[in-house]
Formats: sequence, C-alpha cells, structure tokens
Amino acid sequence: MHILVCIKQVPDSAQIRINPVTQTIMRQGVPTIINPYDLFSLEEALRLREKHGGEVTVLTMGPPMASESLRKALAIGADRAVLLTDRLFAGSDTLATSYALAQTIGKISDMFGAPDIVFAGKQTIDGDTAQVGPGIAKRLSLLQLTYVARISECDPDRREVVVERRSEGGVQLLKTRLPCLITMLEGSNEVRRGAMKDALRAARAEIITWSAKDAGIEDPTKCGLKGSPTVVKKVFAPPPRSERAILVKPGDSASQDAESLIKTLFERQPALEQDLAKSAAGY
Amino acid sequence: MKKELPEHFRGYKHVWVFIEIERGAVHPVSFELLGEGRKLADKLGVELASVIVGAPGGATRQAAQETFAYGADLAYLVEDEILSDYRNEPYSQAMTQLVNAHKPEILLLGATTLGRDLAGSVATTLLTGLTADCTELAVDADGSLAATRPTFGGSLLCTIYTLNYRPQMATVRPRVMAMPERLEGRQGRIIEFKPDLDEDKILTKILKFIPDRDSAKSNLAYADIVVAGGLGLQSAENFQLVRNLASVLGAEFGGSRPLVQKGWIGSDRQIGQTGKTIRPKLYIAAGISGAIQHRVGVEGADCIVAINTDKDAPIFGFAHLGIVTDAIRLLPALTEAFRKRLSPHGRDRLAG
Ligand SMILES: Cc1cc2nc3c(=O)[nH]c(=O)nc-3n(C[C@H](O)[C@H](O)[C@H](O)COP(=O)(O)OP(=O)(O)OC[C@H]3O[C@@H](n4cnc5c(N)ncnc54)[C@H](O)[C@@H]3O)c2cc1C
Ligand SMILES: Cc1cc2nc3c(=O)[nH]c(=O)nc-3n(C[C@H](O)[C@H](O)[C@H](O)COP(=O)(O)OP(=O)(O)OC[C@H]3O[C@@H](n4cnc5c(N)ncnc54)[C@H](O)[C@@H]3O)c2cc1C
Repeated sequence: MHILVCIKQVPDSAQIRINPVTQTIMRQGVPTIINPYDLFSLEEALRLREKHGGEVTVLTMGPPMASESLRKALAIGADRAVLLTDRLFAGSDTLATSYALAQTIGKISDMFGAPDIVFAGKQTIDGDTAQVGPGIAKRLSLLQLTYVARISECDPDRREVVVERRSEGGVQLLKTRLPCLITMLEGSNEVRRGAMKDALRAARAEIITWSAKDAGIEDPTKCGLKGSPTVVKKVFAPPPRSERAILVKPGDSASQDAESLIKTLFERQPALEQDLAKSAAGY
Repeated sequence: MKKELPEHFRGYKHVWVFIEIERGAVHPVSFELLGEGRKLADKLGVELASVIVGAPGGATRQAAQETFAYGADLAYLVEDEILSDYRNEPYSQAMTQLVNAHKPEILLLGATTLGRDLAGSVATTLLTGLTADCTELAVDADGSLAATRPTFGGSLLCTIYTLNYRPQMATVRPRVMAMPERLEGRQGRIIEFKPDLDEDKILTKILKFIPDRDSAKSNLAYADIVVAGGLGLQSAENFQLVRNLASVLGAEFGGSRPLVQKGWIGSDRQIGQTGKTIRPKLYIAAGISGAIQHRVGVEGADCIVAINTDKDAPIFGFAHLGIVTDAIRLLPALTEAFRKRLSPHGRDRLAG
C-alpha cells in the first residue's frame, strides 16, 4: 500500500505565554511540534504498513523550518517526506491549503504511485478548523471518513475498508472503497516513539523539497492570500465586561469565606437558590 | 480590500440554516443557529430558511414545523431514502445541488462532527469561504457577514469575511449562541427539493450504528450548573474537590484543557474553544486563569464565580463574582456550606 499522511507544524501551545501587558502572544522562542492530532493518523498509517506492506509518505506545506517536523515523522517510522514550501502559499486559508496539498498529492502519485489512503489530522491546534481534510478529499474525489476511532478492516486487494466513525450520539460502522481520506480521533491508538534505526535513518534522510513550480501546481492564483476566499479583517482584544467581578473579601477561615461567597451569590442571584436546591435534590 | 461582488453572485439572497437531525430528533444547535440567523435576516431584510435533509416521513415534516416555531420563514425539504442516515457523499451532493438551485447568501451549520464533516466538503465543492467555530455573527454596513472567532494561542479575536464569494459559510459550536424563544403555532412555507442522487453511485455504506450508552454521556454542554477546575488545583488528587462540590450541587464537572492533556480528566470534560461550550445558570471555576480559549466557552453562563489566588487573573475580568483565595483550601468548606444550605433539612430551617 502507499499511504500518505498530511502533517502540519504548529507552535507548541503548552509553551505559549501571553504578554500580560499587551495581551498578545509571545511567539519568540516558542518551540514547534507536529500537530498532536496528526500523530494518531501517522501511527495508524504505520500499523497499516506493517500489516499490508508498502510505504508511508509524509507531506507538509509550510516554511523551510517545517522540515524539522518531517524529520521527526521519519524518525517515528515514515519512509519518505515531502516539504512544499513557497512564498506563494503565504496567507492560505483552508480552501487554498487544500488546493495546494491536493495538487502536490497529484505529483506524488505520478512519482511514487497514487496513495490508497490519505490521512489527515482531525484538526490542528492552531487554526483549528478541521476543514483541510475534507477539502483534500473533495478535491481528489476520495471518500471521506472523519473522526475515525478504529479501522476495523482494511483489504487493499478488494479495495475495501471498514471503520468505526464517531458521530453525534454514537458510532457509525462504515464500509467504503479505497482510495479514501481518513482523520483519526485523538487517543485512538498509542503513538510509538520510533526505533533507533529510524532515528539514524531520519537524521541522514533527504527531505524532498518542492516549490509551487516543482510540485506542478497548475494555477498559482488559487494559492496563498490570492486564492483564499476568506479575509481576516480585524484582530482585536475581547471587550472587558463593563463591571468587574464583585470580589468577596477573604476572612479568617475557609468556612467563613465559603459562607460569605454563598451569601453574596444568593443576594445577587436570588433565583439561583431554588435552582440549586432542585439540582442538589437530583431533579 | 473590499471588491465588487461578481455579477453571478448578486442573485444570492437569504439566510439558511442547515438543520441537523439525528435519528429523528433535531440537534439543539440548529435552533440556536435559527435564533442567530433570524437576527441576520432581519438586518439584511431577507428571509430565513431552514434546510431539512432526510428520509421522507414524519420526522422531516415535524422538524420543518419546529423550525418555523424557532423563526424560519420557510423550509427547504430535501427528502430521499438515501438520506436516511448521515453519510458525507449523498449529504454533500444534496446540499450543493440545493445551494446551486436556490442560492443563499449566508449558510450556517453547527460545528458538530456531522456539521464539520459536511461543511468542509460543501465549501470546497462550491469553492467558497468557510469560517469555523464562530463566536459571534453580524452583518456590517454593506451587508457582508462578519464572522468572529478566537485567534490561535492568544487572547484575541478576529473577524473574518468572505467578500467575493457566495454563499458566505460559517459553523458555530453548540451552546455558543442562546436558544431563541419558541413561538408555538408560528407558520412558514415548505419548498420541496428533489436531489439527484443514486444509491448505486454512493460507495459508502452504513453497516451498523452503535448508540452511546446513556451512562457514558456527560451532559456538560446542556447542564444548568457546572463546577470546573484548572491547573491551580495542582494535582489530580485535588481535582476530587471539584467533583465533590459538583456532586453536592447535582452539577456536571469539567476543567481547562491542560487537565485533559495531563490526563486528570477525560477529553469530553474539557470546557472551552476546543472542548465544550456551556451556558449554565451557575459556573464555578476554581484555579482557572481564564485564557481566551476558556472564556469563549463559558461566557454564555448567567453567573460565573471565580476562585483564584491571583487577583489579576484574567478570569476576574469576566466573572460576576470572585474570591481571591486558595481553591484547595476553599473548596471543601464551600462543599460543606452548600451541603448544609441545600439539604432539605437546611431549607426547612431557613423557611422556619
Ligand atoms: C486564527 C486563525 C483563524 C483562522 N480561521 C480560518 C477560518 O475560519 N477559515 C479558513 O478557511 N481558514 C482559517 N484560517 C487559516 C487556516 O488556519 C490555514 O489555512 C491553515 O493552513 C490550515 O487550517 P487549519 O490549521 O485550521 O487546519 P485543519 O483544517 O484543522 O487541519 C486538519 C488537518 O489537515 C492537515 N493540514 C492542515 N494544514 C496543513 C499543512 N499546511 N500541511 C499539511 N497538512 C496540513 C493536517 O493533517 C491537519 O491535521 C485561520 C488561521 C488562523 C491563524
Ligand atoms: C488552539 C488552542 C485551543 C485551546 N483550547 C482550550 C480550551 O478549549 N479550553 C481551555 O481551557 N483551554 C484551552 N486552551 C489553553 C488555554 O490557552 C490556556 O492555556 C488554559 O486554559 C489554561 O488553563 P488553566 O487556567 O487551568 O491554567 P493556568 O493558565 O496555568 O492557570 C492556573 C490558574 O490557577 C491559579 N492558581 C494557582 N494556584 C491556585 C490555588 N491554589 N487556588 C486557586 N487558584 C490558583 C493561578 O493564579 C492561575 O490563574 C487552548 C489553547 C490553544 C492554543
């Protein structure tokens, strides 16, 4: 099988600090990581390769330093890495991003064979739209399986796959045809750390690096800011509430504090006492 | 930045809300969106339509009536056996056919697993813009949809436009918008639309649906009382203090995202932009700083009570009531005080 995994390099949000004065993020020195949701998809791709043989290609679109994330993916066990990098892509929204990635997957197919399965992450932790996966699927006419909790069966010969897909209120057991696009749910598997031999291989591996032209992007006007129907017009801090919180003065003991907090609460919101009494009684 | 809307998009009019139906019942987010859609339609002086997709039968008709009660002027009824359960292929085909035939200027969907799966496909097929997880929708002076959502990592919001393409699409998460009032007996028009679908050409089949066990569901999003903890609690053991208070109040419990990442609570208990949005009558936040991604998930609460050791914590900027103290010390006392006050015995005493 040829399995392709789309990964995105994102800032490690756990390390992001807010400047308390300007209320903006301090980007300097924030380390980058592979979008955590993408790792569950990468792990699933590697498991399929172990079962059915074949190759796993990882693809990212981003600045030159995104090659670091590709190298990490190789160290975890991917066979081949492609970096799509070009100023042309700056300012892409999800429609432009899915165009560039779908076109590049076309080029990868020409060179290394069409993927049987394309994996994407459920969503990213920065843009967080969950739109790029469905976008790629639509553009490549792949059947789309999002929020997959488990791949129960995959038969590359019969070109069939059966998955458990999380939906509202339950799980759908879906059967569809290859090629398809899958996004895995978080926690659906345990992501491996990668073997020593892969780490050594990754350190020396060539990262295939393509510009828009190299990747054979047909229509550059569909890329970047130009190719993006959405426009970010205004960035602003949320308006503070007109009144700040009423602060209850701490007293001598915790129980005193608890009493005064409850007293102030019920004074301000008299209806709450009844609501709480009902809720507490298990209504 | 604003350009002239191309000629072929000028005929796009009216506001649509996609109505999500799961096994016969309308997802509440659809009604919440009708409330928002109503405001947009009134501002634009156009009609509000609900889009109802499903198998022919009582459920879809009844859903149409319901959407009239929640403010829709008309309902597009898209019925076909093929649409009996959600599958991406036939639903996205039906939706794009309907959009191309009846041309809405705004199309809203719930940011649920179904809505997100569908919206991305539809927007890509139509080659239009889609703004995800909006927290505010408005119409600006020249009639464009201004869709506001939090920006990544920071305590900021951004407003996104889809200037030169139609429809302008947006998703909104459950509970972000208030539930509108239901007007019993309010009527509307039904417009039937027959999509061109063929089961033989649909390659995805549903083998089975396994509903969640009721006990596995947390009712966090729709709970009236919620108690939550954050990193200020300092350990997984201390999180038990939040559960204890929640249990005395008959409340649901939850937490900030770092607690999910640390494994102190399950991901279905996360409150905020990438977790659940809540609109309870009372929200008690213990040891939570109040980052923007948390704030947007709780702002709809009627009353927010914050417990935090730092008087400058952002949460005091949007809480209604607060106390600057150690939550680990206060929570047990608060649990005890509420228990006394709310027990039937305690109420009798108060009444007497
Ligand atoms: C604050 C903010 C808000 C935004 N809001 C919107 C919006 O509402 N609508 C909109 O259209 N755009 C929006 N964008 C732009 C959007 O984030 C970018 O287009 C981004 O490149 C991809 O979107 P995402 O991060 O949301 O990815 P998602 O759609 O959440 O990503 C899903 C998966 O797609 C794959 N993927 C995504 N990007 C790449 C990549 N560059 N390379 C390889 N694989 C990738 C990964 O597997 C990923 O897990 C926003 C950006 C910011 C910073
Ligand atoms: C894309 C993205 C999405 C996100 N989505 C979410 C989301 O959905 N939900 C979410 O919550 N976060 C989300 N976050 C994370 C968010 O930015 C914050 O990092 C997070 O909310 C902080 O959690 P916290 O308040 O528990 O911890 P901290 O910010 O570390 O705050 C701890 C607070 O506890 C106080 N404290 C310390 N000790 C005590 C004590 N003994 N008693 C009382 N108070 C004490 C401190 O003063 C501090 O204010 C997201 C981030 C990103 C980048």
